[in-house]
Amino acid sequence: MSFTSFSDFLAMGHHGLYVWSAYGISLVVLAINVAAPILARRRYLQEEARRLRRERNQ
Amino acid sequence: MKSSAISWTWFHKLGSPKWFYSISGRMLPWLAVAAVLLLTVGVVWGLAFAPQDYQQGNSFRIIYIHVPAAMLAQSCYVMLAVAGVVGLVWKMKIADIALQCAAPIGAWMTAVALVTGAIWGKPTWGSWWVWDARLTSMLILLFLYFGLIALGQAISNRESAAKACAVLAIVGVINIPIIKYSVEWWNTLHQGATFTLTEKPAMPAEMWLPLLLTALGFYCFFGTVLLMRMRLEVLKREARSSWVKSEVMNTLGRELAR
Repeated sequence: MSFTSFSDFLAMGHHGLYVWSAYGISLVVLAINVAAPILARRRYLQEEARRLRRERNQ
Repeated sequence: MKSSAISWTWFHKLGSPKWFYSISGRMLPWLAVAAVLLLTVGVVWGLAFAPQDYQQGNSFRIIYIHVPAAMLAQSCYVMLAVAGVVGLVWKMKIADIALQCAAPIGAWMTAVALVTGAIWGKPTWGSWWVWDARLTSMLILLFLYFGLIALGQAISNRESAAKACAVLAIVGVINIPIIKYSVEWWNTLHQGATFTLTEKPAMPAEMWLPLLLTALGFYCFFGTVLLMRMRLEVLKREARSSWVKSEVMNTLGRELAR
């Protein structure tokens, strides 16, 4: 462990704001990249389900 | 000539959307688990356990995301160029799918490298941005990605779009050696490479091992989200083929049963 306490860990020796904002932004970008294909797939399957139902009712 | 025709079948099988869909479905969970494990261990190790840098203090911990993102941004572009060559030469459908799906991920990774670099630059160099060779060539890489995405969406004919994007990807790859050697060719604020294949790292093992883990983790993450995007694109483009129809029906049936 490179830090003596948890507050010491959060402070990052006066660089806390830089380190945590860099990690926070990266985490958000990674989350966007995971969510985008999952949501797109769900949307596509819903569209397909709707299309199939329409075709069956005709 | 006949024997050589037979020995190339595996290569064309590789380009078949159906074969890709089934093999990628089996690889996906392993890649995802590897990405989560490598990134978690690497980030926790890098943030909490690696010793601080004797000059930069704790701000150097940004390296554990900045360097992997920058490496991935460049490898992804090289992959686009390779996909471009494969698509132009062998007319493989899957090559264009890979190119179109990887470009947005590459753009995000370039953006992460630029933003984390700016945040690292402020306490280290005293400035968010300098018009230095490394930073400028990375910014050009971001614009190349934007150009590829825009080009792919602007041309409605799929085959023409694929050709145009392949050519742009191949021409743009000239920027990659410029990024790599920018720190050696020009006077720059940016430090040299952390990892080289020929020399031992200049930092102690407890500093570069977490970096190795997060770098591998970023590559596994890239593989995971790329396969997710490509699988959806295969379903959309091959919507008329019978195997996709039955695949969609099966998936819909499973979701309704839940």
